[in-house]
Amino acid sequence: MISSNHIPHTHQHQWISVDILLILLFTALILLYLYAVIRSNRHYKPWPIFRAVLWVFAVISAAVSLIGPLADRAHEHFPAHMLTHLLLGMLTPLLMVGAAPLTLFLRAISVSLARRVTRMMKTRFVRLYTNPIFTSLLNIGGLWLLYTTDLYSQMHHNALLYAFIHIHIFLAGYLYTLSFISLELPRKTSFLYRASVLLVSFAGHSILSKYIYSNSLTGVPAEEAELGSMIMYYGGDIIDGVLIFVFCLQWYRVAKPRKYQYASYDLVKG
Amino acid sequence: MNPQTKRTDHSALSSRYHYLGRNLLSGLLFGVGLVAFIDEMIFHQLLHWHHFYDKSTKDVGLISDGFFHAFSWFSTIGGLFLFADLRRRGALWVTRWMGGVLLGAGGFQLYDGTIQHKLMRIHQIRYVDSVYIYDWVWNILATILVLLGTWIVIQTKRKERSMKAASHDKF
Repeated sequence: MISSNHIPHTHQHQWISVDILLILLFTALILLYLYAVIRSNRHYKPWPIFRAVLWVFAVISAAVSLIGPLADRAHEHFPAHMLTHLLLGMLTPLLMVGAAPLTLFLRAISVSLARRVTRMMKTRFVRLYTNPIFTSLLNIGGLWLLYTTDLYSQMHHNALLYAFIHIHIFLAGYLYTLSFISLELPRKTSFLYRASVLLVSFAGHSILSKYIYSNSLTGVPAEEAELGSMIMYYGGDIIDGVLIFVFCLQWYRVAKPRKYQYASYDLVKG
Repeated sequence: MNPQTKRTDHSALSSRYHYLGRNLLSGLLFGVGLVAFIDEMIFHQLLHWHHFYDKSTKDVGLISDGFFHAFSWFSTIGGLFLFADLRRRGALWVTRWMGGVLLGAGGFQLYDGTIQHKLMRIHQIRYVDSVYIYDWVWNILATILVLLGTWIVIQTKRKERSMKAASHDKF
């Protein structure tokens, strides 16, 4: 699995055991989702297959960014690093939000437990962590910290910091995506509000990409910084394009004129 | 003519006039997105005239570029969803929408060609000695688009006023 010659042997050994743990985690995530689908289908109408497919792809995307040749390369090659961040921080969250795991979870557990979880979803804490401005600061603000301070070079010398930053990248990306495509949230903020925040945070992402191009990071060769910056800029465009499309589609369905409203109501609820 | 079709005609007309603002907005957004897309596709990717980053870019240029980049992506998609919304309401007025497209496209091109290229120096149209010729062609084209768009928007607004006045006379 590890093909890189640059990593010392003992180091390599350590990473292999981390890889095995991650493989177990990802397998468990897929199996748990499928088990929840089976449980949900006993009491509710069949869970949409496309959501299960999105979940599998989300887990694969996370796996590719953390285990295997690309993940190994990311330790010493900045463009590869940027690619893994695109997968872990943007693509995986987008696919996961599409897989609607919260709704599935609520369907798979007992009604009384589901009620308790729903109550929890309405607490101030959850509302803060799904507020678009807060999630944007967490996500884009986190990226600015990582790439404009020496956090990036420190990360490669400290395994704990490396793990923390990658968990943050994923979680912040997930909350960010969820706060805009908020089908699963009990309280949704208005479309105009979400659109404005999405616009500003997307701009923050574009500005940071070009900033990396012009001020290359410590320990990163200029050509690598330039290529990585363009991967961030254009790669971000593609995934943000899908995010914006789904966001607008939700508006389109909600803004449906009354006389058509009930014909395909199920599409909204999934 | 039977009364049924007459009534539908009337409702189609009135919903078109009811959504005057949305027709304009949808066109404007799509126009900005379209011209940004052409800029990216043709001048950045195909001709390689524009550069991704120019060393003389001012900080404010980086910010302006980031915002307009995000905005143009958003407005292409959002503008088209508004277009679809107008269609399903039977409220699409293609002429006014086109006016919005020209105005949005010209407005953004003019901003790009004067403020972003010249003042903020994010990049030049082409890295040649005679760049001023390119600048003039670019900005004159943009001005023509703006004028044409403005004219169409004013004309359609006038038409709406006269139609509303006429329908008042009738009922």
